[in-house]
Amino acid sequence: MSTIAPSTRVELDYTGSERLTMNMGPQHPSAHGVFRAILTLEGEQVVGIDAVIGYLHRCHEKLAETLTYAQYPSIASKTDYVAAMTSEFAYVRAAAMIGKIEVPKRAQYLRVIAAELQRVASHLLWLGTWCLDMGGALGGGATVFLYCIREREFILDLFESLVGARLLYGFYQVGGVRYDLPPGWAEQCRETVDFIDRRIGEYERMLEDNPFFLVRTQGVGVISRELAQGVGISGPLVRGSGVNYDIRRTEPYSSYEDFDFRVPVETGGDCYARYRVRMVEFRESLKIVRQALDRLPEGPISSRPGLKSVAQIRIPKGEAYARVEGARGEVGCYLIADGSAKPYRMKWRGASFSNLAILPHIIPGHKVADVVAIMGSVDPVFGEVDR
Amino acid sequence: MTLDQARTLIAERFPGAQAAGDSPMVVTVPADVWVPFARFAKETLGCWFFSFLTAVDWKEEGLEVVAKIDNVDEKLSLLVKTRLGPGVSACPSLTGVYRGADWMERECYDMFGIRFEGHPDLRRILLGDDWEGHPLLKSYPVDAPHPPFR
Amino acid sequence: MMEWLTPLIVPFIVLNAILGIVTYVTLLERKFAARMQSRVGPYRVGPHGLLQPIADAIKLMMKEDVVPTAADRPVYNLAPIVFLIPCMLIFATIPFAPGLGVADLNIGILFFLAVSAMEIVGLFMAGWGSNNKYALLSAMRAVNQVISYDLPFIFAALVPVLLAGSLRLSEIAVAQAGLWFVFYPVIGQLAFVAFIVSTVAAENRAPFDILEAESELVAGFRVEYSGMKFAIIQLGEYAHVVGASFLGALLFLGAWAGPGPEWLGPVWFLVKAMFVFLLVTWVRWSFVRIRVDQILALSWKALLPATLVLLIATAVVVVWRGTPGV
Repeated sequence: MSTIAPSTRVELDYTGSERLTMNMGPQHPSAHGVFRAILTLEGEQVVGIDAVIGYLHRCHEKLAETLTYAQYPSIASKTDYVAAMTSEFAYVRAAAMIGKIEVPKRAQYLRVIAAELQRVASHLLWLGTWCLDMGGALGGGATVFLYCIREREFILDLFESLVGARLLYGFYQVGGVRYDLPPGWAEQCRETVDFIDRRIGEYERMLEDNPFFLVRTQGVGVISRELAQGVGISGPLVRGSGVNYDIRRTEPYSSYEDFDFRVPVETGGDCYARYRVRMVEFRESLKIVRQALDRLPEGPISSRPGLKSVAQIRIPKGEAYARVEGARGEVGCYLIADGSAKPYRMKWRGASFSNLAILPHIIPGHKVADVVAIMGSVDPVFGEVDR
Repeated sequence: MTLDQARTLIAERFPGAQAAGDSPMVVTVPADVWVPFARFAKETLGCWFFSFLTAVDWKEEGLEVVAKIDNVDEKLSLLVKTRLGPGVSACPSLTGVYRGADWMERECYDMFGIRFEGHPDLRRILLGDDWEGHPLLKSYPVDAPHPPFR
Repeated sequence: MMEWLTPLIVPFIVLNAILGIVTYVTLLERKFAARMQSRVGPYRVGPHGLLQPIADAIKLMMKEDVVPTAADRPVYNLAPIVFLIPCMLIFATIPFAPGLGVADLNIGILFFLAVSAMEIVGLFMAGWGSNNKYALLSAMRAVNQVISYDLPFIFAALVPVLLAGSLRLSEIAVAQAGLWFVFYPVIGQLAFVAFIVSTVAAENRAPFDILEAESELVAGFRVEYSGMKFAIIQLGEYAHVVGASFLGALLFLGAWAGPGPEWLGPVWFLVKAMFVFLLVTWVRWSFVRIRVDQILALSWKALLPATLVLLIATAVVVVWRGTPGV
């Protein structure tokens, strides 16, 4: 039987208390966007935290009700702008599930390649910013950050030649993908994958041989298995707490059952365990990309080729919940169609939203410096939290 | 636990519930057994993973609260629904069963105005504290300026 | 006839030389960090960005000087000056060449260490006067850290003093004519490492820059400072680091000793000081910052006992074998 955490609302007490209320954010160098944490401090110790979110709320769920099934996917990428491919993926999957639209094999493979490259790009940004949080923009963190950004650039270049955009793509379509691979893309992709694979080994050596990195991450922000299961966190967070939950395995979609990969699980539950999970995921994602490139079948890239007009998708009445394993965890889209050109209701299950809800449970008792380390290890993207 | 076993168990314990489909299995329960069903699903069916909780505004037919819970290890996935009925905007809170329901219910309150009874800290989460209205209700027009206009 | 002018001219020259060095040290650090991070670094202002520090200085002078409404104005305004003075004063006792220095005190190193610790007063004033919670936390951390790390810093600096048998900095330098103290078997190397570590910590450089900690405390004690006051604080910080680098070069690397004619002495000294500075910078750009409790534990549980033991060992060695330099 789980119990609810004590109220996270901070009681202000100015009567002779030794406590200090400190605002972290919404404008703060390590807020990862616009996150406001109202910390209650006793010296350096955090005794209470109230998480305030919503600064980036753009009414995506209401917006989706006013846009057609063909229009929304390119907006969907704006929820999680760091891994923009993921949210498009969830939305088009949900729409295709209701409409029982088949996706050609080649399109499925292309979706996997894009999704896995996106995961690598997202994890690279995570590693960089997390080290930036711990090491400072004017210290060792900046060094790791710049290395990671340099590698991420290669993936963005790949996306640019594939889609034409570098941040928000609109690559996924209901029933397939929008573009086929340009000539020479596969070779370029293989080179990039090999290159990043080598570089990840460098990061591992650089960080794991560094005692300061270890003391900052090991034993910090421990999420027990019970807590992880109770709060509904997903992705690398829950796998870092010893729970083997990866949607690519439990509910394979888009031909993930064709590929051979390992789901890393660590039992530590601390920041270091989450770091290890993501480092292994880097390699596994690159492995999946290689396999997908090797076995890429010929054929159409969409079950509805040549359809460009936005009104032409008709989705019958029905509902579906589609989830994909994003870089941050389970990204889900719950879609209710009423037979018209637009959905009746759409709900985003943002991975970061649920993951962020863990903070009030684990932060009290840590030092101020750990707050940023823990928050970085949770890897929230506020576009996805606030939607 | 197989789907059939789960279906039988649900039919035994909750005669008022209807279960349909298999992935996810959609279970519609009356609002008064909302919390007991969730507890049953967690403890007996092993659905520990709380994916999300939201609501749907079916206009005249009232609000419907939807929650998605999974038993990840045995691939049992439940979409639990309850109709609150026309004009009703109160629902028992799941926070006593699933800790993850905390923020989800706050968001649902924010967007639909559903008061979750028993929630320890029910206040707006995404919108400002002084926001008027609940935007995801179908009666909330998208193109009209709403106070506080900013 | 111009004898009376000398005490005025020499400090004037030294002060300006130091200001120039400190300004250009920022460019050196930025270029060095850029190389470490496979970047180019400042490149646009002047050839290879050589005029960048000057552009920075002009920019900072033209910035608006913002004083927070709730600040404790006298304390807030005075803090940068109080911070800068000890940071510049530490250069007073350093002999840049035989006989070339402001004041060759017989307790030179004691003066250096004492004055160098005074910067904390300015730091605390800045943190307190800003009336900002980040600044206050940072000031508290600063006091913690300086108290913890000045002791190992002093102990490490006392090892060469024992070896040379003098507190006068010029005599310590002369004592290394035969053997630089960094090459003194075992003791020299250990003391040098301890000196570098405690220098990094006592000068609040990353990875020990918990009082700046821009990812937690935004910029710590100087979060409310802007314009010229900010520039003065920056100047003070870099002056302090450069001062400590000169001290390191003097205590361990033989000061002005080097090949070539005698007038090259100050140049060698500068090169050695910059070497120490780059060591400190190297550490800065490769480690993540550690937490306040870990910093204190490192000092009190490891560095302080270690340097103390080292000091006693040095004393035993000196008694046993006599001072090597004299």
